[in-house]
Amino acid sequence: MSAQLLTITDRGLFCEQGGFYIDPWLPVDRALITHAHGDHARWGSRLYACSNECERVLRTRIGADQNITPYGWGDGPTIEGVRVSFHPAGHILGSAQIRVEHQGETWVISGDYKTEPDPTCTAFEPIRCHTFVTESTFGLPIYRWTPQSETFADMAAWWGRNREAGKASIVFAYSLGKAQRVLAGLQDLAQGDFYTHGAVERLNGDYRDEGIRLPPTTYASSVSRTHDWTGALIVAPPSAAGSTWLRRFGPASTAFASGWMRVRGARRRRSVDRGFVLSDHVDWPSLMDAIDATGAHRVLVTHGYRDPVVRALRERGLEADSIASRWEGETEEDVVPAGEAIAE
Amino acid sequence: MRNFARLFGEIDATTRTNEKVDAMARYFASAEPADAAWAVYFLSGGRPKRLVPVRRLAAWAMEESLIADWLFEESYDAVGDLAETIALLLPESLESSDLPLHAWVEQRLLPIGTASEENQREIVLDAWRSLSGNERFVWNKLITGSFRVGVSQSLLIRALSQVSGIAQGVISHRFAGDWRPSADAYLRLVAEGSESPEASTPYPFYLAYSLETPLDQLGPVTDWQIEWKWDGIRAQLIRRGGATYIWSRGDELITDRFPELVAASEWLPDGTVIDGEILPWGEGRPLPFAQLQRRIGRRNLTAKIRSEVPVVILAYDLLEIDGLDFREQPQSSRRVRLVELVGEANAESRILVSPVVNADTWNDVVGARNEARGLGSEGLMLKRGDAVYGTGRRKGGWWKWKLDPYSVDAVMVYAQSGHGRRALLHTDYTFAVRDGEALIPFAKAYSGLTDAEIRELDAWIRRNTTEKFGPVRSVKPEQVFELGFEGIQASPRHKSGIAVRFPRILRWRKDKPATEADTIETLRSLLASTL
Repeated sequence: MSAQLLTITDRGLFCEQGGFYIDPWLPVDRALITHAHGDHARWGSRLYACSNECERVLRTRIGADQNITPYGWGDGPTIEGVRVSFHPAGHILGSAQIRVEHQGETWVISGDYKTEPDPTCTAFEPIRCHTFVTESTFGLPIYRWTPQSETFADMAAWWGRNREAGKASIVFAYSLGKAQRVLAGLQDLAQGDFYTHGAVERLNGDYRDEGIRLPPTTYASSVSRTHDWTGALIVAPPSAAGSTWLRRFGPASTAFASGWMRVRGARRRRSVDRGFVLSDHVDWPSLMDAIDATGAHRVLVTHGYRDPVVRALRERGLEADSIASRWEGETEEDVVPAGEAIAE
Repeated sequence: MRNFARLFGEIDATTRTNEKVDAMARYFASAEPADAAWAVYFLSGGRPKRLVPVRRLAAWAMEESLIADWLFEESYDAVGDLAETIALLLPESLESSDLPLHAWVEQRLLPIGTASEENQREIVLDAWRSLSGNERFVWNKLITGSFRVGVSQSLLIRALSQVSGIAQGVISHRFAGDWRPSADAYLRLVAEGSESPEASTPYPFYLAYSLETPLDQLGPVTDWQIEWKWDGIRAQLIRRGGATYIWSRGDELITDRFPELVAASEWLPDGTVIDGEILPWGEGRPLPFAQLQRRIGRRNLTAKIRSEVPVVILAYDLLEIDGLDFREQPQSSRRVRLVELVGEANAESRILVSPVVNADTWNDVVGARNEARGLGSEGLMLKRGDAVYGTGRRKGGWWKWKLDPYSVDAVMVYAQSGHGRRALLHTDYTFAVRDGEALIPFAKAYSGLTDAEIRELDAWIRRNTTEKFGPVRSVKPEQVFELGFEGIQASPRHKSGIAVRFPRILRWRKDKPATEADTIETLRSLLASTL
């Protein structure tokens, strides 16, 4: 192959033939966006394209007045002979894999993805391609998710016990995606009322407007200071942990919902009462299955445990390489974009 | 095993002591005595030695989970704990064993150490296949001799007391010493009544907190008995039924390490228990602690090492006299009787009464503390004249007021990732002092930074790594830290020629460039000042 269809540049993953970038981290002329998380969708480019399902949350994230062209699933622009289309990635609402085809060569850029079903977004679809660009956030075999029905049942049981003990329950979850997945997952197991941090509440509105079924939620700061929070479940971004905003809830048990909670050290370092293993990324077995399903003979591995994944794929006889990006996936630290300040 | 693993999970999931105690109480309320005995043993820090070589376990885990060795290593690096790595990698088990804890321990765990490799493999694989999630983790921790759980002995005793209704003091006395797990032993622990235990059983040690009240708020200085704080082995010397038992504070029976003290104790009347400090001793003052370590490290206690490192016990307190528990008597009375008793025994100058500091004002106390280092003491103990001899760490009756540690400003040169709770972060650092243009490493420190500082430093380390050797990174020598340590000794084994005791980070000196860090000369002069 003479020239690569896509290459990594200092602004992001670039298609020279089409003159566009995918999830650039610096402003560019034309940006195709896989999903609206801050490490993938940056403000300041001239033109944006994303999936229909993504548009609303993307505007909330990068600004309502941005020039964004949305496309339906399987659809997309053709730019300088390069055919682009968006396909569901199952990561969060509107998350897409981007398929790029030129002169018979096909690439798929996964963005972040999971193959587990999730009622808050369209399910991941495997797309056949020659080159698959995959994330590797949880690319080690120690990461293997328990069925989410068990996780939600555990969460509901924890919530019920807290209620009996006269406490509120506070779940820390990323404000875009994880928070809504927690709410949706618990709505039929509710042990009390749902409340939210402002960062979560705003995005709940977007989810509902997109037709996602969420339980009724109340913005916690709008409630009287003397409210009795016993039995309430509050969903807040991880950065709210340890902040004075939490004081209003009185006695409370705290939990963090993340794939990192699979490992005891990460659980303990969080200093929350409970860690629930709940991830919007593929675990190791799903990662390997998803790669197989693309039929790709070449795999480029981005953010996460790149080196082990590359090595494991090579041992399976695939051509694999690691590429450096500024995407972070689900970091152990917080990913709340600027402007989504915690001090309310 | 299932219930015990659940208990472990509950304790591990919370940082609140009440929840830990409640979880233990719930467990003991329904556990069979034979199982409860082992739970008590493990929760109190009892650990069978490593029973199966770790390398074997890793090899079997790789086979069982069909994972290549390099991928196992990568996983281990990310998790930081072998037992957990294995538990996370093994395929989900289809069965769930109902075998009770004592059967797991007595029929499988304990025999495994002497089993053939083939049998070991069979037992381990069978355990992995019949245990799930947390149970496997606990099992792996047990066979690797690394089981630890975040409860103190006093919390455990609180839970036992909650379940049995027996006073904590009674349980902790019954538990003190070399408690061996069995159904009977457990039942005796929580039995009605307050029968005293066997002759060898020590009392729980009374431990002091660091002084946190300003001196002038402690009341008149005359209300207090001020003593030197010695840095040796805190011990109880028991003379009962014509025999002597010496216990360390770690509840280890160390009688045979100190035949001189046993001989001297024969002068004490039967039914005597003394609390004191065993110290290496020469020319009327303590020798460096390292001398005692050298002696303890010897398997054979030869006449040579005994003459090179003579020991004494400096008696602090009298806990039993004429076979009667004396601990509820006020400090001042216990002191009077202690002086009489040890004086009468005239025990070959091996049993000495730790002297009190005479002070008419708090200023005298401050002055005495400043002289402590010169006497080979590490500070002062403040004991209220009316204090009873308490159980465990209690506030109010006793305070320890240690010397400020030595400190130097040193440069971080290597970093290594931690284990357990800090597995994904660099938390173990090596520090150097300047020697002309060179940097001489002299101390490793693990603690003293906040979690936020650790994260910040971790990010800096990742950006400023110059070389990697396995888990160790060399970093640009730019970050300066104030290190504190408790003692300093010459050491030919260290490149710097100096070894420091209990080094820890006091402060991150972001204000200081590496060029202003302390030099090897600073360390040498600190060393000289202690001789």
